Amino acid sequence: MAEDRRRVVVTGEGPILVHGPVDVEMPDGTHVHSDRAVTALCACGRSRRRPFCDTSHRRRVRDDVGKENDP
Amino acid sequence: MTTTPEAPALPMPRGPVSEAVLSALRGDRTVPPAVEGSTPYGEDLQLALYCCYELHYRGFREVDPDREWDPALIALRGDLERVFVDALRNDVPAGADVRGELDALLVEHVDAYGVSHHLRHHGELWQLREYVAHRSLYHLKEADPQSFVIPRLDGSAKTALVTVQHDEYGAGDPERAHAKLFADMMLELDLSPAYGTYLDSAPAEMLAEVNFMSWCGLHRASRAALIGQFATIELTSSPGSDRLVKAMRRLGCGPAAIRFYAEHVEADAVHEQLVRREVIAPLLEAEPDSASDLVFGIRGSTFLGARTEEHMLHHWGRGESSFREVRDVRIP
Repeated sequence: MAEDRRRVVVTGEGPILVHGPVDVEMPDGTHVHSDRAVTALCACGRSRRRPFCDTSHRRRVRDDVGKENDP
Repeated sequence: MTTTPEAPALPMPRGPVSEAVLSALRGDRTVPPAVEGSTPYGEDLQLALYCCYELHYRGFREVDPDREWDPALIALRGDLERVFVDALRNDVPAGADVRGELDALLVEHVDAYGVSHHLRHHGELWQLREYVAHRSLYHLKEADPQSFVIPRLDGSAKTALVTVQHDEYGAGDPERAHAKLFADMMLELDLSPAYGTYLDSAPAEMLAEVNFMSWCGLHRASRAALIGQFATIELTSSPGSDRLVKAMRRLGCGPAAIRFYAEHVEADAVHEQLVRREVIAPLLEAEPDSASDLVFGIRGSTFLGARTEEHMLHHWGRGESSFREVRDVRIP
């Protein structure tokens, strides 16, 4: 049955990637599903679209110079 | 010869070079124009190049599809590409630190101010509509320029890129294809979703962004630059899309308008991971020399994207439209 196991990648820096469609049960008992080939589940707790990642784990910086210089 | 019924009409010329290309497309005997000395990011050169590339996508209504491989047009396209890409290579610093470039793209600058920040906080509905009309040059063929790279990749890079593209094309449901979601948004914003409608009104800055994608996609030698360009979209799209969702809610736009950017917040959070881990990492491992082209793809698309945003913010800041004034500059 090993070949039927879902591939799950714990990125460490952000979300957990789950291969294959997923059905997620939320703390209040509701279900959310994603039919993407790969789904990114929030692991940092900061997403405003939980259970899905919205990249809120990213580092945020304030630039001293105001506007970032483009290359 | 047949042309697709929904192929767009030819645009208006913007100078001697684009006029010569349009005339060649119509099948008229044309003297090849002198390309050297053309302004690399100017209206004339960018439109000429855009029309040459369009033959590889949908073509034009009154143009023989066989012109796609017309040797004279291909030669002219090569001249235009050299002027454009040489200027771009000159304007962005070279580098080979792919990891550093990607890490920089993943940082959210809280005091940055681009078009999505403007639209989220202060933008007006007409400005949002102009933004969407300009972006339609890419999004009505979203993912197509990057699909040209598929046969040029191998192994896990190819597999992961196709996984992302599958999602872009609706994961088996044409109603969910990103280009279709974009067209639905245009309708809801009272814009025409017909392919090519906003070519005449789009500024050279927008054409240059799409031309860079086409250049990367259509040259096997620049496949690593295509991956860099692709990564730039996928890595930077989620936060900007989230701001655009908020802008649309603030401006009272309907659900079909909001759906396009809402989909991109979630989809691109996944795509970012796939592109970094399963496309770029194996490509770099197999071809370490591709690092400098990857960086060129990232910096080139960032540079051109910033120019388009500056164009819009500049005009809006003066209370003006960012649409081009459409006028006939045909050579008598």
